[in-house]
Amino acid sequence: MEVWEWGSGDSSTLSHPHTSIPLYPLPYPHTPILPYPHTSPLSYLHTFILLRIDKITKRFPGVLANDQISLEIEAGEVHALLGQNGAGKTTLMNILYGLYQPDSGQIYFKDRKVKISSPRKAIELGIGMVHQHFMLIPDFTVAENILIGFKQRGPFLNLKRVEQAVAELSHRYRLQVDPTARVQHLSVGSRQRVEIIKALYRGAELLILDEPTSVLTPQETHELFQILRTLTAQGKSVIFITHKLNEVMQVCDRATVLRNGRKVGTVKIQQEGPEKEVIKENLARMMIGKEVSLETERTALKKKPVQFGKEVLKVEELEAVNDQNRLVLKKISFSVRAGEILGIAGVAGNGQSELVEVLAGLRKAVGGRVFLNGQEVLNEPPRKLLEGGIAHIPEDRLRMGLVLDLPLPENAILGSFHKAPFSFKIGNALPGPRWLNYTEIRKFTERLIISYDIKTPHPEATMRMLSGGNQQKFIVGRELTRSPKVLLTVQPTMGLDIKATEFVHQKFLEQRENQVAILLISTELDEILALSDRVAVLYEGQIVGLLPADQADREILGRWMSGL
Amino acid sequence: MKKPVEKNTEKNRKVQEWRRGRSFLFLYSPLLSFFLAILLAFLLSSLLISWIGASPLLAFKALILGAFGSLNGFTETLVKATPLMLTGLGLCVAFRSKVWNIGAEGQIHLGALATTLMGVYLPHFPSFISLTLTGLASFFAGGFWAAIPGWLKIRWGVNEIITTLMMNYIAILGINYAVHVPLKEPGGFLPQSALIQPSVELPILVERTRLHAGILLGIAGAGVLHILLARTTLGYQIQVVGLNPDAGRCSGIPVGKIILIAMVLSGGFAGLAGMGEIAGVHHRLLENFSPGYGYTAIVVALLADLKPLAVILVSILFAALIVGADTMQRVAGVPNSLVLIIESLIVLFVLGSRALSYVRHPLFFVKDNGQRTTEGKLRIS
Ligand SMILES: Nc1ncnc2c1ncn2[C@@H]1O[C@H](COP(=O)(O)OP(=O)(O)OP(=O)(O)O)[C@@H](O)[C@H]1O
Ligand SMILES: [Mg+2]
Repeated sequence: MEVWEWGSGDSSTLSHPHTSIPLYPLPYPHTPILPYPHTSPLSYLHTFILLRIDKITKRFPGVLANDQISLEIEAGEVHALLGQNGAGKTTLMNILYGLYQPDSGQIYFKDRKVKISSPRKAIELGIGMVHQHFMLIPDFTVAENILIGFKQRGPFLNLKRVEQAVAELSHRYRLQVDPTARVQHLSVGSRQRVEIIKALYRGAELLILDEPTSVLTPQETHELFQILRTLTAQGKSVIFITHKLNEVMQVCDRATVLRNGRKVGTVKIQQEGPEKEVIKENLARMMIGKEVSLETERTALKKKPVQFGKEVLKVEELEAVNDQNRLVLKKISFSVRAGEILGIAGVAGNGQSELVEVLAGLRKAVGGRVFLNGQEVLNEPPRKLLEGGIAHIPEDRLRMGLVLDLPLPENAILGSFHKAPFSFKIGNALPGPRWLNYTEIRKFTERLIISYDIKTPHPEATMRMLSGGNQQKFIVGRELTRSPKVLLTVQPTMGLDIKATEFVHQKFLEQRENQVAILLISTELDEILALSDRVAVLYEGQIVGLLPADQADREILGRWMSGL
Repeated sequence: MKKPVEKNTEKNRKVQEWRRGRSFLFLYSPLLSFFLAILLAFLLSSLLISWIGASPLLAFKALILGAFGSLNGFTETLVKATPLMLTGLGLCVAFRSKVWNIGAEGQIHLGALATTLMGVYLPHFPSFISLTLTGLASFFAGGFWAAIPGWLKIRWGVNEIITTLMMNYIAILGINYAVHVPLKEPGGFLPQSALIQPSVELPILVERTRLHAGILLGIAGAGVLHILLARTTLGYQIQVVGLNPDAGRCSGIPVGKIILIAMVLSGGFAGLAGMGEIAGVHHRLLENFSPGYGYTAIVVALLADLKPLAVILVSILFAALIVGADTMQRVAGVPNSLVLIIESLIVLFVLGSRALSYVRHPLFFVKDNGQRTTEGKLRIS
């Protein structure tokens, strides 16, 4: 292999302010984008191994999260990391980012053996990570967020310089972000761009993205892919974790599949051509581990005709404001009948979150009426609504759905701890505390874990120890077993693998057959079209269209969603 | 619900395995690391002692004998432990719900005031009734004093650290005023109230010592709180509100109400501590009857990892240091203030030993309240 200095080149313009890693090897801004490093035009023809990990093993009490995993990442590639929930993807990436130490195994970065003892070390090496759950401070501006945790020279913040550098970075990689904006006002997509810029600003050459698309709308996903292409064209490498094979086929060069902590194999992806479908099937098979065809799985989702009951949830002229006191729900009316799934499609940020929050009693509406089983319940407290039969699978599972520092049993009874059999009272008429019945609580938790196939080291593990997808499964399972009358769900399959997604969809249909009224809010049209009986589109706080599902198609919905 | 019929299915085996595994998860021993930390603190202080030219062995012997070596010393330790214990217990509740009640000192004063008022003005009842009424009065006086900042917090989001702290000054200075003017003993010269009537005095447990029944109240209180926090829905809700109020709200927990209850409980226990001081020790209200028990109790609660049963141990330890310090000064010529250094060292080492058991992951650092998540430890309560 040709010998050259990594990053040597025309770094005269600007160098990274705090490390020696050159930030702007390209004369900014009007040179055409060349493969990096452009000093050696031929070098990109050779594959250059940027990162090699060798037999990494990581054990947690009760689980072998990574078992002898070896992997190579080439310079300039997008490398997908696939695997079912709990397969060990996040753990492996946390090791690369210095958050965990491997029990054994080596890491080579640019052919040098390295020990990544902390995220700081990872950043110094040039490894950046965007977590499954963002780590930005909402009250800070973009530039301030980018500075956090950064070694400063001298006591004063040089925000101006950061802002300038951020502006240049965002231009260079086509990442549109305003460095002076406050993060709390940004959409999820832009927050993610901030995270990416943050990594790039610190000189990342390898960017780890943990399930970046699970929170994005299709449009934002598309933009992200553009960004990834720009990045790799300039020699950066990306590790991309996802559960969606279509995305892998769109942007990735290679894909590695993990199963139960072991590596199953690495596959070269052909983004075009006849072999595409074969590769896709193959990846799915590698992930799941049995001989299943995707097609048969798909058709297994069978919607039985259901006799709809009465209107269980009825919303009339509902109005609500968001946290910035802007009117985001403008006289919305709809109803959901027992046994019906009403899908609400729309680009995120058009009032979906606020709608569900109002219906779950978490946000006060400013006008309108809501009826639950014929009873007016507008602005009633959450407890009353839960008692009335509402179950809620929230959008932000970490914040609203779980207590990460409590064990699974305590999480399993959130929302039903005050009822039998989880708690009881000695002498019913007497005042006094309600006693928790841990035997029942544990039994319930164990049943939940088994019937929803939740992967956990132990039924009393702390919630934090579960993988992202398993946390989601836990919430879905918990809410569905409460035998609700109305189910409010936002992005219910966020972060779930293919199998789990199918499973949850199946469960939703079962609930529907049991005469539960389901309000399904999702940015994924596939999900909406597969499950719903009727589809509505929310655009700028209004329902701009409502159709029976058999008359809805992507084209009409797409038009409505973009406000045409 | 259907009973599982199959015996040896995969699932059943899994459950069996989990149940067996449970015991192994409790291996992690906070008690062991606690004692190690204390040992380290003493080792380091012995260096200090020898540095000032005294004998560490002699000094520690004096310290320990002073605190535990005689009936008088031992009971005196327990007398000092009582207010620390009661106040520390209350703080466990508030801190678990992540309400930073710094106002225990003021709440102690309110409890003391209530006890004095009852003791001076209550008509004569049998002691049992008087004490019960006084106990209730001081509990609710302290609880009321804590409820104000609690209410301000849930209603307007006022920072409770500031309000509880400020309310300390109101309470302390208010009582100083009270013993100078309205409550001053008729015909007396000192700034102190009249003696409370004997029926409101807490019984003395050991003849010719100051050890009063307050310590029993403390130990019983620890048991009650332990059960309350670990076994009831109220304790569960307090825990959830402390760890993730948003999730609590979503699942129907009335977060404001729980915070208020936690505050009232917390202030109530401090109020009982105030009652112990007046009805058990001084028998009248005086200026400065509390040498900052309310502040020391914060450290006690945190060192006890917000576990009520551990509060018993930690408060006795701290009381022993206070009592033993005098003897140490007399016998070994080591200045009293060295004990403060030892105290601080213990605090640092205990907190340090806990930090070491954290998983090294920014997400895992469960920051500032002494609660933690470790790989091995599961049950919070
Ligand atoms: N701190 C921890 N303590 C104990 N077990 C853990 C811990 N972190 C992860 N695990 C376990 O390790 C396994 C792998 O988890 P990991 O988060 O890597 O999965 P993942 O592949 O990212 O899954 P997902 O797609 O659901 O995000 C899981 O079984 C999880 O329960
Ligand atoms: Mg993950």
